[in-house]
Amino acid sequence: MKFKGNAWKFGADVDTDAIIPARYLNTSDPRELAKHCMEDSTNPDFMKKMKPGDVMVADKNFGCGSSREHAPIAIKEAGVSCVVAKSFARIFYRNCFNMGLPIFESVEAVDGINEGDQVEVDADAGVIRNLTSNKTFKVAPVPSFMQELLAAGGLMAYTRKKAGI
Amino acid sequence: MMTITAKILAAHCGKKEVQPGELINAKLDLVLANDITAPISIKEFRAAGAKKVFDPERIALIPDHFAPNKDIASAEQCNMLRQFSREHELSLYFEVGRMGVEHALLPEQGIVVPGDVVIGADSHTCTYGGLGAFSTGVGSTDVAAGMITGEAWFKVPESMKFIYKGKLGKWVGGKDIILHTIGDIGVDGALYRAMEFTGEVIRKLPMYGRLTICNMAIEAGGKNGIIEPDEITEKYVAKRARRKYRFYKSDKKANYVDVREYDLTGMEPQIACPHLPENVKPVSQLGSINIDQSVVGSCTNGRIEDIREAAKVIKGHKVHPYVRMIVIPATQAVYKQSIKEGLVDVFIDAGAAFSTPTCGPCLGGHMGILAAGERAISTTNRNFVGRMGHPKSEVYLSSPAIAAASAVLGRIGRPEELK
Ligand code: SF4
Repeated sequence: MKFKGNAWKFGADVDTDAIIPARYLNTSDPRELAKHCMEDSTNPDFMKKMKPGDVMVADKNFGCGSSREHAPIAIKEAGVSCVVAKSFARIFYRNCFNMGLPIFESVEAVDGINEGDQVEVDADAGVIRNLTSNKTFKVAPVPSFMQELLAAGGLMAYTRKKAGI
Repeated sequence: MMTITAKILAAHCGKKEVQPGELINAKLDLVLANDITAPISIKEFRAAGAKKVFDPERIALIPDHFAPNKDIASAEQCNMLRQFSREHELSLYFEVGRMGVEHALLPEQGIVVPGDVVIGADSHTCTYGGLGAFSTGVGSTDVAAGMITGEAWFKVPESMKFIYKGKLGKWVGGKDIILHTIGDIGVDGALYRAMEFTGEVIRKLPMYGRLTICNMAIEAGGKNGIIEPDEITEKYVAKRARRKYRFYKSDKKANYVDVREYDLTGMEPQIACPHLPENVKPVSQLGSINIDQSVVGSCTNGRIEDIREAAKVIKGHKVHPYVRMIVIPATQAVYKQSIKEGLVDVFIDAGAAFSTPTCGPCLGGHMGILAAGERAISTTNRNFVGRMGHPKSEVYLSSPAIAAASAVLGRIGRPEELK
């Protein structure tokens, strides 16, 4: 799978309240959630400016804080094709695999991408290309069980199989 | 040689031994979700075509975040929990009037017990480590899968050991210990890891302080926080446990990726400044910080001992004219006990509001939202941008004693400063 779009940069420790503030959690409707994606972040106008397919690029510990799956849901529904970060908070990481938002860890890619750069992520080859600067970076490999989950079509498909539903 | 965390996980996947990094499928003793996260789990459960939950006695659905329903949308969400609970005859659904903040309610009612493996679609599920259980926050999809199969996959975490020595000063407790620790290692200092808290200070720490410490393990990125159960645990659970429990202990030679020692003698009360729980300072180094609101409550500090601590400080004083103080007992039992001990009178006489249990302002839900430019001191666990209301508001985190003293002073300060 390949993802291509312009980069939006975020700093370290972007928390789930910045991704989707709790005041909007009285619904789980993805459309409603997406409207407020990144509203309390350093880029409150993100939704007005981003284009479907764009890539979020963040420093360490992206998605820290709450377990709300509303956060990856909002990002996915917003049309972000994937998130690249130096590291992800644990529950956010797990949620992304379970619900199918592609995420990639790469310290060098984050340092080598500026806001607005055109980025291509080649998930199968495990590389990220900065098309603007013509540089290529490696992605940290995905643990094999996570690959299995993805191949099965996410956790629920995997569970259905296991439970024989 | 295994840590307590590894031992509990091994016992729940039918193995003699597990190693950090190993992927396992563990049997769950309890699956938890709330009015924000359960609706997604229920949708997933239905979409998967599941007809039955794995065990109606082991799924806790607790409407505590926006309940009592703050608006129509929240009412719809809470109703989903209610209907699902009736349909599947869940014994652990707690209606308004019986509910409390989930992580205070479940230990109090003996619904989680030492040795358990628990997942909850709420990041502070790590609280039950205070009892010597393995518990961790997950997303709604994990809970949906857990409700169907009674299992969840885990990577066995590496463990970090935190050893606390010395003697705690007056008005210093669990909250200060964990804030100090997060200040030291940072909000991702324990990412993917188990945080094991030990040492002479912990051995003497009452259960409420242990629950407060483990509650905030996630604020350092930890997978779980855990404390070896002992006589204090036994005393706490003996009269409440609804199931058999088991004490696990770390082997003396168990392996830790990091061991940190703290001497807490002379440590001041600790405050986390905006906008991260790692921005921690001793209270005396704060300077003069005026506040508009003081909140005592939440799964971190809404237990009866916390309410007592705040009441003791504020008794005979008045809340500062420019401050709103809001006290929220975490459960009905705490509420009732507060009435019985005359604590509610103390707060009302001081000019504070005393509320029915709810998460409320902790997550900027309701019951105390901040306006732009306003500042709160709060006994809750997060101070991210906009956590308690407007993105231009600020939250400082502290113990109940500091929150109460600050309410009177109108600025962040210590109980010793009250005349
Ligand atoms: S009190 Fe706050 S931290 Fe605890 S469960 Fe409720 S919202 Fe979450």
